[in-house]
Amino acid sequence: MSLRIVVCVKYVPDATGDRHFAEDLTVDRDDVDGLLSELDEYAVEQALQIKEAADDAEITVLTVGPEDANDALRKALSMGADKAVHVEDDDLHGTDALGTSLVLAKAIEKTGYDLVVCGMASTDGTMGVLPALLAERLNVPQVTQLSEVSVADGKVTGRRDGDTASEQLEAALPAVVSVTDQSGEARYPSFKGIMAAKKKPVESLDLEDLEIEADEVGLEGAWTKVDGAAERPARTAGTIVKDEGEGGKQLAEFLAGQKFI
Amino acid sequence: MAEVLVYVDHVDGAVRKPTLELLTLARRIGEPVAVHLGPNAEAAAQVLGEHGAVKVLAADAPEFAEYLVAPKVDALQAAYDAVSPAAVLLPSSTEGKEIGARLAVRIGSGIITDAVDLEAGDEGPVATQSVFAASYTTKSRITKGTPVITVKPNSAAPEAAPAAGTVEQLAVTVADSSKGTKVVSRTPRESTGRPELTEAAIVVSGGRGVNGAENFPVIEALADSLGAAVGASRAAVDAGWYPHTNQVGQTGKSVSPQLYIAAGISGAIQHRAGMQTSKTIVAINKDEEAPIFDLVDYGVVGDLFDVVPALTDEVKTRKG
Repeated sequence: MSLRIVVCVKYVPDATGDRHFAEDLTVDRDDVDGLLSELDEYAVEQALQIKEAADDAEITVLTVGPEDANDALRKALSMGADKAVHVEDDDLHGTDALGTSLVLAKAIEKTGYDLVVCGMASTDGTMGVLPALLAERLNVPQVTQLSEVSVADGKVTGRRDGDTASEQLEAALPAVVSVTDQSGEARYPSFKGIMAAKKKPVESLDLEDLEIEADEVGLEGAWTKVDGAAERPARTAGTIVKDEGEGGKQLAEFLAGQKFI
Repeated sequence: MAEVLVYVDHVDGAVRKPTLELLTLARRIGEPVAVHLGPNAEAAAQVLGEHGAVKVLAADAPEFAEYLVAPKVDALQAAYDAVSPAAVLLPSSTEGKEIGARLAVRIGSGIITDAVDLEAGDEGPVATQSVFAASYTTKSRITKGTPVITVKPNSAAPEAAPAAGTVEQLAVTVADSSKGTKVVSRTPRESTGRPELTEAAIVVSGGRGVNGAENFPVIEALADSLGAAVGASRAAVDAGWYPHTNQVGQTGKSVSPQLYIAAGISGAIQHRAGMQTSKTIVAINKDEEAPIFDLVDYGVVGDLFDVVPALTDEVKTRKG
């Protein structure tokens, strides 16, 4: 039987651009370019490698987001994913992590899955909680923050490198996996891959398809509220000296003045 | 006064500093009740009591070590049911965030991660976060359920506040569904003897300019003279010069020490995301146009192989 892999990806504002908040204190997406979250490229890559090692596997790439989020799906399809699901609904604007995990969980269940693969965190919110939220909602094992992952005989195994120890993990499928940027460089889409992606199916779902009420998601339905956002004041210009043989000494003088020495 | 659950991060009963910081912040919103999972609760309870824990709910079960995260969620939920707290605070470690997230789903609550400050508000605790590579500061609160908040290390100075710290055993039943992810083996990381990166008061980081693994001892020597942790930029890590566990930045660790010294680091946005909230920032770089100089309190334009050893010698001399 075919191994059904769902990769969750996020369309994020480019971190090298000038990111800011809109009036309703959600992330302003109009003024900055978006792209597939770099950390999700590692998830797509690992899904492709798992597929290549399996006899028979199919990769569905899934996103929740506005129309432009389609770009993130196309990128994943051009890397080699087989099909895509795009959950798009005006009522989703302002949905927080809890709400997003609800929508993703329903969409994953609807699509059908044996393995869910996520990046370690998004590059915009950087919370890193979504894989754990999904595992809880789907009631399946979480095998998260892996720098190495493989699937065989209905089991997923992987290595989680923590602060104090490195752990070898194992779980039976179905399961939710997240991979770090140490899991392996993501491949570039080939010209052939880019052309093929244009013909791959993208299914569009809305809240009604997922049987989610509008008030369970969006800004109003969010479990959290941002009351204020202030741009961090620019740092006052620091002292900069050129090293002409005394740079180390001068720096020590500064550190002593600040009571660090 | 309302009780606030504080999840204890410890190594065999040795409580880590971020937990003491959490207790300090917890006292602003209620009476801290610590939750200690694993061995040596008595030893931990003394330190926790000295920092304001009125009670320590303790549970030890082999499942906490044998399986990943989920059994600890069962235990924290048992503590939640026992106390009906006003909030649940956890350290912003990988595990702390995962436990908090799963608890939030179970109790129907929202979660805020990576708070850098916490205060009482009219509608519950208000968390300060630093977002978009620290270019914005936000104030947020949780609107549904009991607030679950994870707090970054170095967000508060731990304050002594003697309290009873009475140990009470917490009855925990680990659900079969929480035994899904087996920890097959665990290899402890070799200790360098240096402070943990995210907890350190001073961090010295090296980047592309260090130009090779064989040169990192120059950075380590400065760190050791200052009692600091060693960090590395993504460029240095990707080149294999230093372990990934020491990476500072968007895809590595986010640090917020009293003093951050960047040597041979240009200061790309991804690196800045991980260190911009440091209190005092110092950089040493050959390139006077390097963007890191826009952030510094003090910068030296020069060769790090001249400046860093000279600084190390000077620190040693001054410290005698």
